[in-house]
Amino acid sequence: MAKKLESTFINMVIVLTTVSLIAAYALASVFNVTKEPIEQAALKKKLDAIAKVAPAFDNDPNADMFKLVAFEAAAGLDSLEVYPAKSAGKLVGYAVKSYTMKGFSGYIEVMIGFEKDGTIKGYSVLKHAETPGLGSKMPTWFSNEAKPSHCIIGKNPNNTKIQVSKDGGDIDAITAATISSRAFLDAIKRGYETLKQGGKYE
Amino acid sequence: MEYFVIVISAIFVNNILLAQFLGVCPFLGVSSKISTSVGMTGAVIFVMTIATVVTYLINTFLLVPFEIEYLKTISYILVIAALVQMVEIILKKVSPSMYQALGVFLPLITTNCAVLGVALLVIQKQMNLMQSTVFAVATGIGFGLALIIFAGLREHLDLMSLPKGMKGIPAALVTAGILAMAFMGFTGMV
Amino acid sequence: MNNHWANLTKGFIRENPVFVLLLGMCPTLGTTTSAINGMGMGLATAFVLVMSNMAISAVKNIIPDKVRIPSFIVIIASFVTIVDLLMAGYLPALHEQLGLFIPLIVVNCIVLGRAESFASKNGVFASIIDGLGMGLGFTFALIILGGTREILGSGAIFGYKFIGDNDGMLIFILAPGAFIALGYIIAIINKLKKA
Repeated sequence: MAKKLESTFINMVIVLTTVSLIAAYALASVFNVTKEPIEQAALKKKLDAIAKVAPAFDNDPNADMFKLVAFEAAAGLDSLEVYPAKSAGKLVGYAVKSYTMKGFSGYIEVMIGFEKDGTIKGYSVLKHAETPGLGSKMPTWFSNEAKPSHCIIGKNPNNTKIQVSKDGGDIDAITAATISSRAFLDAIKRGYETLKQGGKYE
Repeated sequence: MEYFVIVISAIFVNNILLAQFLGVCPFLGVSSKISTSVGMTGAVIFVMTIATVVTYLINTFLLVPFEIEYLKTISYILVIAALVQMVEIILKKVSPSMYQALGVFLPLITTNCAVLGVALLVIQKQMNLMQSTVFAVATGIGFGLALIIFAGLREHLDLMSLPKGMKGIPAALVTAGILAMAFMGFTGMV
Repeated sequence: MNNHWANLTKGFIRENPVFVLLLGMCPTLGTTTSAINGMGMGLATAFVLVMSNMAISAVKNIIPDKVRIPSFIVIIASFVTIVDLLMAGYLPALHEQLGLFIPLIVVNCIVLGRAESFASKNGVFASIIDGLGMGLGFTFALIILGGTREILGSGAIFGYKFIGDNDGMLIFILAPGAFIALGYIIAIINKLKKA
């Protein structure tokens, strides 16, 4: 076995510093290489969500994005991003990135698609940490058009109470996942009301 | 976020050990006796809280402003390693018997997923410094709670006659699972 | 050559890090809600294991003994960060599924353990083989646990469903199920070892 370098103070300092510098350099390099792909991945996810939820459009909603003051905003999250969808230059609807802090595990982010009169066209859950098998059913439960008692697609919050039936609303919560359901609908309501108070419905 | 919700959630509802699976290695290793579990809990709470505060400050004042957040993992783990060394030195002087009892598990706090996990979680949950500190202390208490309850259960398990294949770790794991189920009952408390 | 083969395969059965050495429990329990997630986690860890074993073995003679652990930590943490960045850029969906557990690879007892007990005392090639064997053994264990939980909990395997939507035993995808499933798997393996 070759002899190891002695543990003198000088040796230790030199080795640790060198190792750290090499590490920092290596990481900075990898970071620079992966910076673009990481941003691209995030952008693609956002664009896919918008395409999925908004009415058919031919503009670039991301380029036309504007912000509105959020309805009942949580601390530090004062505004929502709104992506207008246009067809042949005329407004057909919006995609809005809403959120709620009331999830079972806190933050849930939802991209909601509204027609220009506020009718819900679709939604895509972007971020959540809800319980697998329970709250994690949000993507399929509220969009199940075969079950009108808990489907929100095609409903308009100005004539349907977007709240769980336990709280007097018109939507049935996910079985055994009331907290997640309440939070989800809170995000939907926030998206709708933000556009409404911004005068965006026709 | 109200502090009460943070505390109850960290200790019971989202118990770091039984719900988030962080800190399981020492959980299975140390928990065979209640006395060592108590000592371990104290050390973990101490390291966890200070580590969370220090790493939070490093993130806020160093990593984010200079856009070097990719150095988070490295800087965090080095801080934790240094803190554990400190605790070892202090404990050796202050309570040599506890130092002996904890043995190899003390340096293992460095590789305790829960400590690094909490430091990363507070950034992920976008908490402020005060909330992060409260969260860290509460999580440590939750870790200790699960650990001590489990130690009590294991002291009984060791006295039972079990099928050979189940003795030791398998029985401990199944017991942990049932304990986790019990903790699920806290859902809805907040 | 025989030696290297034995070295490679020991990580699968005889010295499987999860089922025999009982290391790396946190990611084992936390990322095995499905076979795919378990596999992804296992392979990411295997990458770190091989790279850090290789690097540490290559520099083992110029690292003074007293700063051994901090140096190993910096090297391991660097590879973990690299894997984290690569996954965020090229495998975003998996990166999101595994979440916090990717940076937590740095405290996976297996990685530091192999560095300390093998890589710091053996040649580069042997260390690479050791890292590969342990990493693949770890992946193997995660796929088994993930597959078990997925089959019992969602009635699917690798995403392919074979029963109705709500007919799985939900408990297995939740926290308690991870502990229970792992406990029984280890018990079965103990039984098989004695046979």
